[in-house]
Amino acid sequence: MKFVDEFRDAELARGLAAAIAREADPARRYHFMEFCGGHTHAISRYGVTDLLPPNVRMIHGPGCPVCVLPIGRIDLAIGLALSRGVILCSYGDTLRVPASEGRSLLKAKAEGADVRMVYSAADALRIARANPDREVVFLAIGFETTTPPTALVLREAHAGQVANFSVLCNHVLTPAAIVNILESPEVRSLGTVPLDGFVGPAHVSTVIGTEPYEFFAQEYRKPVVIAGFEPLDVMQAILMLVRQVNERRSQVENQFSRVVNRAGNLKAQALVAEVFELRREFEWRGLGTVPYSALRIREAFAAHDAERKFSLVYQPVADNKACECGAILRGIKRPVECKLFGGACTPETPMGSCMVSSEGACAAHYSYGRFRDREAVPAPAAAVQP
Amino acid sequence: MSAAARREYHRPLDLRRGRVELAHGAGGRATAQLVEELFLAAFDNEWLRPLNDAASLPMPAGRLVMATDSHVVSPLFFPGGDIGSLSVHGTVNDVAMAGAVPLYLAAGFVLEEGYPLADLKRIVASMAAAAKAAGVPVVTGDTKVVEQGKGDGVYITTTGVGVVPPGISLDGAAAREGDAIFVSGTIGDHGVAIMSKRENLEFQTEILSDSAPLHRLVAALLAACPRIRVLRDPTRGGLATTLNEIARASGVGMLLEESAIPVAPAVAAACEFLGLDPLYVANEGKLIAIAPAADADRVLAALRAHPQGRDAALIGRVTRDPDHFVQMRTGLGGRRVVDWLTGDQLPRIC
Ligand code: SF4
Repeated sequence: MKFVDEFRDAELARGLAAAIAREADPARRYHFMEFCGGHTHAISRYGVTDLLPPNVRMIHGPGCPVCVLPIGRIDLAIGLALSRGVILCSYGDTLRVPASEGRSLLKAKAEGADVRMVYSAADALRIARANPDREVVFLAIGFETTTPPTALVLREAHAGQVANFSVLCNHVLTPAAIVNILESPEVRSLGTVPLDGFVGPAHVSTVIGTEPYEFFAQEYRKPVVIAGFEPLDVMQAILMLVRQVNERRSQVENQFSRVVNRAGNLKAQALVAEVFELRREFEWRGLGTVPYSALRIREAFAAHDAERKFSLVYQPVADNKACECGAILRGIKRPVECKLFGGACTPETPMGSCMVSSEGACAAHYSYGRFRDREAVPAPAAAVQP
Repeated sequence: MSAAARREYHRPLDLRRGRVELAHGAGGRATAQLVEELFLAAFDNEWLRPLNDAASLPMPAGRLVMATDSHVVSPLFFPGGDIGSLSVHGTVNDVAMAGAVPLYLAAGFVLEEGYPLADLKRIVASMAAAAKAAGVPVVTGDTKVVEQGKGDGVYITTTGVGVVPPGISLDGAAAREGDAIFVSGTIGDHGVAIMSKRENLEFQTEILSDSAPLHRLVAALLAACPRIRVLRDPTRGGLATTLNEIARASGVGMLLEESAIPVAPAVAAACEFLGLDPLYVANEGKLIAIAPAADADRVLAALRAHPQGRDAALIGRVTRDPDHFVQMRTGLGGRRVVDWLTGDQLPRIC
């Protein structure tokens, strides 16, 4: 849009693109996974791949909170909203994720359930305070970035004895997912997913710091560059990864040092540790059951844990057979390789979770990049002379 | 109805503390009193005054256009406007986008039992002021009342008629390869104003809705360049959705230049915060114009010469594209699709 720095950005981008093209060895290919949905979105939204040479390829990772939420967890929320009469609050995208029997929270709302879209965990607590005679459940999702705000409202609800407020916790952990991908047979032994490095998450790392990634760099010999969510940040991270690969280094580097440090936000970590503990295992859409990959609410806050309060029992539900979200989340397939892509499955009628949020690989490709799937239509060099 | 007959109510409406009652919509004396003391008092004009079921109107020669628009915006009062002024602007603009001079409005009110009459009076006053400023009288109307809990204060449906001057032919299917695409000013202001009020967000600068009647801007534009092919106001779904509608109707593609699209810095910042893309956020006082490339300079000059088009910009070109993609060169130099709006991120925006 029309910001003063737009033109400067375009210039910087051209400079970075030239550097990547110059330094990338034409004799080899580079495959980097951007872990985070925020990066997936930035890359698609700004057309970053147009600025990369053909031998540098980005693979979308599983760091999209809505995408990895399995059907069974949404079914729990839908059940609460439909048959237990609670006010169910969650973030907008979560409401559209397809669950069992073609349901979603949004469809449950149309059937009469009281489902409300909120912008924050605090909004949900506010709704609970305003409706003391109703049970209010916040469906909490997300990686380490959204965990501290959930911890905060749980502490507040506990202290203020907001008895009608509880959280259905689905918070998951980034490092566990990265290990899962690195340990997958496709990456480790079959070599069907060539993976030369990671663009590490921005906001997550402000909380957990860069230290947790050092293990991947050392143990799996994969370079990691933590990057901000601006498209220029991503491009610079790609350049840094290309350099590491060329120099046979595998280190954790921090492109986002203006915000991220090694230890992370200790206060937030302490808050999270006070309210949450590790789950022994958690099912992820796409990755399957991953040990110690998610958080649950500690005993001390049990009164505000929807799973305990409503005695919820998790039932795993298989994804739609034709949906390739699982393979896509692990970097094995690309959205166009799914038979349903763009036909039965579009952002209006998502069949899988990757088509829901704009951070999902399928939705990002459909909404921003699908013109690339056809024979290039010659476009004028510039639409407007600025 | 004579003035004497109108004075037969025992007590005047209590416009300070009174509330909408079911009787106000029942068609009896209470309805008549509400109509006379509130609506007629505000909208008064020679066509409405007889309070017949239908207004009888003189029409100039030309092609008649007619548009209708229901308004369910929440909240009813927002920075830069309210449901009253919005209901005038929305319909005046729909008529104006056909190239027509808007002449008359009809208004239907659905009121919720218990709604404060004082607030209703504010809405009606604002609606009357907007109609007056636009020079388009409200010539007939209707009022219904629904039980408490079955509505949300006030819904207003307005219908407008206008006449297209000879020689003007605008059509959403008329865009042709090579045409130039313009927007008359910054985008996203209305939607962000509503959202910031709804979410109780305080930004450093208050963001006002751009709600405004555009028919004078349209008249100036058509006078300067009668060959304009398409005019549309990008309301719900924003610039992106409206351009996709035009691309499909015309069987063409488009290529936009992101850096040319005007967005107020405060709106851009708020969108970033709310996770919205200004391309998809509603406008109520902006138009999109598509004109032959040869007329581009003239169109831009005409837009910028009008106070409502001060920030107008040439934002892209119409392309040949069998898939009717609207594409954009991003500020970074990459390319992307600018797709239809998915779902309804912002319900009840107008
Ligand atoms: S296109 Fe739809 S069905 Fe296919 S993998 Fe993506 S989300 Fe699943």
